[in-house]
Amino acid sequence: MTLSHTDCSIAKLATGIHSFDHIAMGGLPRGRATLVSGTPGSAKTVFAVQFLVEGIRQSGEGGVFVTFEERPEDIRANMRGFGWDIAEYESAGMFAFVDAAPQPGAEVFTGEEYDLATLLARIRHAIEKVDAARVSIDAIGGLFTQFHNSENVRREFLNVARSLRDLNVTTCLTAERETDYGAVSFWGVEEFAADNVVILRNTRAGSSRRRTVEILKMRGANDQKGEFPFTLRPGEGFVAVPLSALRLSQASSEARVSSGIEALDALCGGGFFRDGVVLVSGATGAGKTLLSNHFLAEGAQNGETALLLSFEESEEQLFRNAASLGIDLRGLSATGRLRVESAYPETATLEDHLINIQQAIEEIRPQRVAVDSLSALERAVSPEIFSEFIIALTAFLKERGVAGVYTSASPELMGGASVTEMQISSLTDMIICLRYVEVYGELRRGLLVLKMRGSNHDRQIREFRISGDGFHIGEPFHHVTNILSGEFSHIRPDAIRDVDVIRRERDETRQRER
Amino acid sequence: MEGRVELTGHWGALMKTYSFRLYINGQSVRAARAIESMRALCHGPLNDLAEIDVIDVREHPGLAEEDHVLATPTLIKLSPPPVRRIIGDLSNSRDVLAGLDLDAE
Repeated sequence: MTLSHTDCSIAKLATGIHSFDHIAMGGLPRGRATLVSGTPGSAKTVFAVQFLVEGIRQSGEGGVFVTFEERPEDIRANMRGFGWDIAEYESAGMFAFVDAAPQPGAEVFTGEEYDLATLLARIRHAIEKVDAARVSIDAIGGLFTQFHNSENVRREFLNVARSLRDLNVTTCLTAERETDYGAVSFWGVEEFAADNVVILRNTRAGSSRRRTVEILKMRGANDQKGEFPFTLRPGEGFVAVPLSALRLSQASSEARVSSGIEALDALCGGGFFRDGVVLVSGATGAGKTLLSNHFLAEGAQNGETALLLSFEESEEQLFRNAASLGIDLRGLSATGRLRVESAYPETATLEDHLINIQQAIEEIRPQRVAVDSLSALERAVSPEIFSEFIIALTAFLKERGVAGVYTSASPELMGGASVTEMQISSLTDMIICLRYVEVYGELRRGLLVLKMRGSNHDRQIREFRISGDGFHIGEPFHHVTNILSGEFSHIRPDAIRDVDVIRRERDETRQRER
Repeated sequence: MEGRVELTGHWGALMKTYSFRLYINGQSVRAARAIESMRALCHGPLNDLAEIDVIDVREHPGLAEEDHVLATPTLIKLSPPPVRRIIGDLSNSRDVLAGLDLDAE
């Protein structure tokens, strides 16, 4: 199918809900009706109200809200949490309700042979009153339940919808659907807005719920396909997370920054990448947080701004632990060079966390960011959602040229890689593994730079120690093999020389190949 | 067609027993039929003891808003209580009286 010229020339009206406009490539078709369909609790009413509120706040366009279900006083009260004072907009002559909700206590006897000319007259009246450019109708099902003869009311409502087109208003019409993945709407009202359909979903994902928005179809067809997670935020309302819009396509620079550990910089061939993300993996207590603290402190001490996003420890705990290992996070925080944002993973959905993180980064504009730990965030969500989160976050950091460190806890004390790491290893520029190593009955620590984007690095597992003044990297474990798997074996000392020879020969071959 | 249709008998305003508001849509056939039905009802079963406000929604959408009227014709019985509404065809007077909770009289 090719697009006709008329399709291409459909003008869009920016709703003012920025993340939605981004997904809908500009907004809703101007002067048309768009059907917004969703199951109960999918935030249809919030969207319909915000469509009007943003028009008032951003463009000075009046809005008419036709309610078939909730009473205006309930809507006014429910929307206050988003920071929308509908009563104030009403008294300013910008917002008008057409209250078509069932009246409590009013018994109605409905016969045949009626029309909805009154509804249309009321909408028209309200549009004139507030000079409206936008109309929201919420939700069509509430009209159908008020009349017995649904065929008649359907026909009559179609007349109303047609007439709205002549009134030069852009309409958001909400409708119920039974399931999140079924017929577009319960009432078969697609005919009212056949060209433009937006679906809102509120599905169960793991132990939490997940909201998504999908542009099913839209005139002009310049919309982004697929489901985008969104969230409802106090003071903001609808905020979508345009995941597929974020691609890992940013040019990668070769510039390096110090990790804060000199010996580690050397292992990495000169430090971490300026616009790269490092994944630090290890079992509990292996030193991940310490490594990330070194990284942040290094920046903060040298005039950069560093941001720590902590999902495991409170600020106070972090400061105390860091101090015992010789890093003065408290002092750096006092200078304002280090910012700590501490949150419990369970307090919000992953989408909310992502938006919080993005907002913190926009506000603080750090050169370095550490997320400690990803594993804490991974707990309550499905792998797909988690992976989307990582892609979006990583793309966001790269877009802003921020150097990032993610920590990730491996589930087993010895060896092993977590699901997290398998999912995100391809997205990060560098992976550092911290592992416990048992050497003849003694537990020691090993560090390996497992992967590094387009760069030479040390490939040996080196011993490191943690002491009162931080992180110390030493010699490779020559006499232990299979450390990564956790099933070590020790090598006869006389074999070590052979291994060294083999390794040297291999390195020389590599050098020649380059 | 719009306006107050006085259907009181010889007893004058004080004796009016029934009070109605009838919402209609302009000059439509349906509107004319609704008014005719109400005229017949008042002259007949209601013994001319009724007062009816006929309101054209096109002229007075604000009144329709206040009364939460959606469809036309809509007949609202204001008194005697309880308030009752009938939407649609009013030609069957027995159904109308039943719907208005007036059938016992």
